[in-house]
Amino acid sequence: MSEMRELYQEIILDHNKRPRNCYVMNCATRTADGHNPLCGDVVKVYLRIEDGVIEEISFQGEGCAICTASTSIMTESVKGKTVADAKELFEGFHEMLTGVAAEQGVEFAKLKVFEGVREYPVRVKCATLAWHTLNAAMNDGDESVTTE
Amino acid sequence: MNPTASATVTPALDTERIRADFPALHQEVNGHPLVYLDNAATTQKPQAVIDAVRTFYERDCANVHRGVHRLSQRATVAYEQARTTVKNYLHANDSREIVFTRSTTEGINLVASSFVRPRLEPGDEVLISAMEHHSNIVPWQLVCEERGARLVVVPIDDDGDIILSEYERLLTDRTKIVAVVHVSNALGTVNPVREMIATAHAKGVPVLVDGAQAVPHLAVDVCDLDCDFYVFSAHKVYGPTGIGALYAKRNRLLEMTPYQGGGDMILSVTFDRTTYAEPPHRFEAGTPNIEGAIGLAAALDHVDGIGLDAIAAHESRLLADATAAVLAVPGIRLIGTARHKASVLSFVMDGVHPHDIGTILDSEGIAVRAGHHCAQPVMARYGVSATVRASFALYNTAHEIDALVAGLQKVREVFG
Repeated sequence: MSEMRELYQEIILDHNKRPRNCYVMNCATRTADGHNPLCGDVVKVYLRIEDGVIEEISFQGEGCAICTASTSIMTESVKGKTVADAKELFEGFHEMLTGVAAEQGVEFAKLKVFEGVREYPVRVKCATLAWHTLNAAMNDGDESVTTE
Repeated sequence: MNPTASATVTPALDTERIRADFPALHQEVNGHPLVYLDNAATTQKPQAVIDAVRTFYERDCANVHRGVHRLSQRATVAYEQARTTVKNYLHANDSREIVFTRSTTEGINLVASSFVRPRLEPGDEVLISAMEHHSNIVPWQLVCEERGARLVVVPIDDDGDIILSEYERLLTDRTKIVAVVHVSNALGTVNPVREMIATAHAKGVPVLVDGAQAVPHLAVDVCDLDCDFYVFSAHKVYGPTGIGALYAKRNRLLEMTPYQGGGDMILSVTFDRTTYAEPPHRFEAGTPNIEGAIGLAAALDHVDGIGLDAIAAHESRLLADATAAVLAVPGIRLIGTARHKASVLSFVMDGVHPHDIGTILDSEGIAVRAGHHCAQPVMARYGVSATVRASFALYNTAHEIDALVAGLQKVREVFG
């Protein structure tokens, strides 16, 4: 049971129940769709980027608690950041979940709640789907990514 | 046909003795005894199946239908005896009506390709139901697209029963085949396939039955059903993966064009002209999955030894008990409440995604399936993206249902 508490930390349960920045953005400059065909999780990320800065970010989607919370916390983490900084966060997050435990800056602290997901390899994609989708939106926009 | 009914009272299964035959059941997962409730995905294998495959490789390993040497003769006899075992299990008349395949999926593709495709004209229709597995949807979409034909879908009601009046209405002179699942993998519904086949035949339409989820749970008599085609996979009935069988009426097989070309399916080959072997070998190109067929036969013998009536009665009790117990957990909604069901308990829980339930149950040693069960149209029909599915086999126990319910209560504790 304690491992389950470690995986499903309060902050994750809270973001799952009340996801932040969860709305359709009509004035988005970039969007991307993400899809995990194995489990059916879907997420759409909306971005309003001005002068290389993510001024606004939102999402819509359907997924498990890990996926929903990860997306919600991601939107909070990258809002107001430059595209370059957001990409750096994405890389750090990806490394944390795939085994490379690199030292991270302060702004990374919030994302540490997903460290426990590393112990559940089949769930890593649940946590990273939103980030891959964000990355696609930042790169080209209007494209679809899958975790497969 | 009510497959679970029996004139005499069937004795309860001695599950302790039965479980002793399945080595994989005796292990711990995450510090808990394994509770394996993912049998609709695949079943665990009895020692008899493992031994049969092992004996083939230790003693009889040779190619079939060729060499004159002793090992090849033994391998050929074992392979063809396996065909007879499948014939007997399905109550078919003739071993030549059994074609070995890789799986249920390949059986359906074979029929779609060799029987339906050459007969399909633009405007023709293939009729399936709304509860089909992707493997009984996509092969038909492929041939329909190629031939300009239409895939027509019979709707199901809220309980998960096929709406038979719609079925009759949608069966027309444009229908070239009906393809329907015997037991739904996502809902557990046992379809009235015997009646559906009679209805189709009255209009001259042949019928394929997807029996993947039926053969482990109910006695199948293809002559009594009068189906034209019946397909299943070994691994869902305690046999190895990578092997399955297609039953087809002899006259249908004789009408069919080859599926794949190669060795073993020919009589003679020249660069000008090739003549094909008689069915079933016409449809078994290349060296077959010999140990798979032998393992499948061992699995069917094992099930026969226990008795399908006793198995069906045992699983019906488990399903009824599990249904009542799971419904007592707050916030559970069943997906699939047909009157005749087999082995499958599919459900969702308010506010908790099935994948999270699957992970928490796994931490308690309980294996269930969480997802769309390769039946996304079924999920869409019920407005969910996924369900949790507990599916039972002959070796499951009342104690394991208690473990499942305790696991679901833990999910409630975590998610509040």
